[in-house]
Amino acid sequence: MIDGDGYVAAAYIIFLALVLIYVGIMAFRLSNLERELAELNQEAAQQDAEREAPEPAKVG
Amino acid sequence: MTLYGKGLRSLSIATAVVLTGAFLLIAFYAPEDADQGIIQKIFYIHVAMAIVALCGFTAGGVMGFMHLRTHDRRWDLRSYVAIHLSLILAVGVLLTGAVWAKGSWGSWWVWDEPMLVSFLIVFLLYATYQPLRFSIEDPERQSRYASVFAVVAGAFVPINFAAVRMADSFIHPRTLGTTTGGMPGEMMLTFLVTLVGVALLFVTLWKYEMAAKHARGQVKALRRRITGERASVVGGRSAAPQVHV
Amino acid sequence: MRSTVAAILRKDLRLELRTFEAIPSMTLFSLTTFVLFHFGLNETSVEGDLAAGVLWVTLLFAAILGLNRLFVAEEEQGGFDGFLLAPVDRTAMFVAKATGLFLFLALVELVAVPAFTILLLGPSPWAILPELILVLALGNAGIAVVGTLVAGIAVRTRARDLIGPLITLPLLVPVILAASQATAPLLAEGGAQALPGRWVAVLGIYDLIFGLVAYGVFDFLLED
Repeated sequence: MIDGDGYVAAAYIIFLALVLIYVGIMAFRLSNLERELAELNQEAAQQDAEREAPEPAKVG
Repeated sequence: MTLYGKGLRSLSIATAVVLTGAFLLIAFYAPEDADQGIIQKIFYIHVAMAIVALCGFTAGGVMGFMHLRTHDRRWDLRSYVAIHLSLILAVGVLLTGAVWAKGSWGSWWVWDEPMLVSFLIVFLLYATYQPLRFSIEDPERQSRYASVFAVVAGAFVPINFAAVRMADSFIHPRTLGTTTGGMPGEMMLTFLVTLVGVALLFVTLWKYEMAAKHARGQVKALRRRITGERASVVGGRSAAPQVHV
Repeated sequence: MRSTVAAILRKDLRLELRTFEAIPSMTLFSLTTFVLFHFGLNETSVEGDLAAGVLWVTLLFAAILGLNRLFVAEEEQGGFDGFLLAPVDRTAMFVAKATGLFLFLALVELVAVPAFTILLLGPSPWAILPELILVLALGNAGIAVVGTLVAGIAVRTRARDLIGPLITLPLLVPVILAASQATAPLLAEGGAQALPGRWVAVLGIYDLIFGLVAYGVFDFLLED
């Protein structure tokens, strides 16, 4: 086997590539989650603002 | 409340250390095989992935069985993640096996390597797991049917191996690699370290994905709480089990 | 339990006798497939491994044809609900359907196997008839058990005629493997050889294990 090295390298690269693809998919999901959390945070802030805003009106 | 991310950091570090050590051992410590030369070094990752994938499929079956017994939806999620990861490993086994076959025998596929052939059959079976889940709309029924599938397929895996190996042993008494008998000590040690490394990787990724699914469920629950029930119909049907918090 | 099984079985057989849906189409399918194999392989007669493979693959696909219809009457006409409301053992449904499928396959083979010997088979099968019947029975049992279980899963999905065969085929690879290995020496060119006992044993073990597994988990398919 003269060019056996190439095949061995290929096999281990396949392993590495699979793990990396997996990490990539998980990263994609994480970015979705991040976006969703940011939206929720914004919405929660908005609700807080709405709750606080009418109160001075009642007093005044 | 269980947090799946707990212990994930130390697990990741352990995985990185053991896998790196395994690759170093494979590259510099393990001797070259007398018959096959350097190409035999594919053996370590190929067989380690195969064994871990098999254990993963079996574990998925056991978890599916637990789901059927306890009606606890978390067992279905665990089973789903285990099968999903094992399927990825099975792809790895098929690809590295094909490379090995090409390097050793000059063709991308050989029918007389029982490990490879059984993995093709097992892969074809488990490849239907996701479509099956996807085509059942009711989430409760989806989990139940998927667990039945997981149990049946888990029982199928060892039988299939036995049958394929038996068919093969008529033509070839024993081909390479798949038995560890008569292996020099250095090879054995390298193989065991690789096996532990891949197993650790499996557990780490399993916990990682469980944590991700769990986090997603938490975010969904949070969204329901903040925006009210009107926003609870987000997204379409899913093949993955949903986490309910 | 026994009376429930008998009742469901009687219902299925009567339905089949009234409509003539499954058995004739499965038989016709087998005959057409033999013709296709004649042209596809460009052989006037087959023997040994090839004969065993042609026979078993044809029977497998014919069985798949029948599987798709196995629970359709129950699903479409509310038979499941009626069955679940009745105070009977749920496993009876599995036993009855698997037995029914076994009988259907046996009836199909009653026509298909003689047709195979006339159309394609080189060596005469008379001498090895008992052995052949034994292998056919064990193979049928495996197909019936696994097929019934998968049909029970697939009938409640959206794409049932896709999902069912996709799951069934890989699950039945060991059956086809063992059955072909067991049949091949019987149909060997220049006189039948002895029946390989270990493959018969594999078939028997497969039937036993999957019979038990399916018996154990089938209940869960009928829970709602």
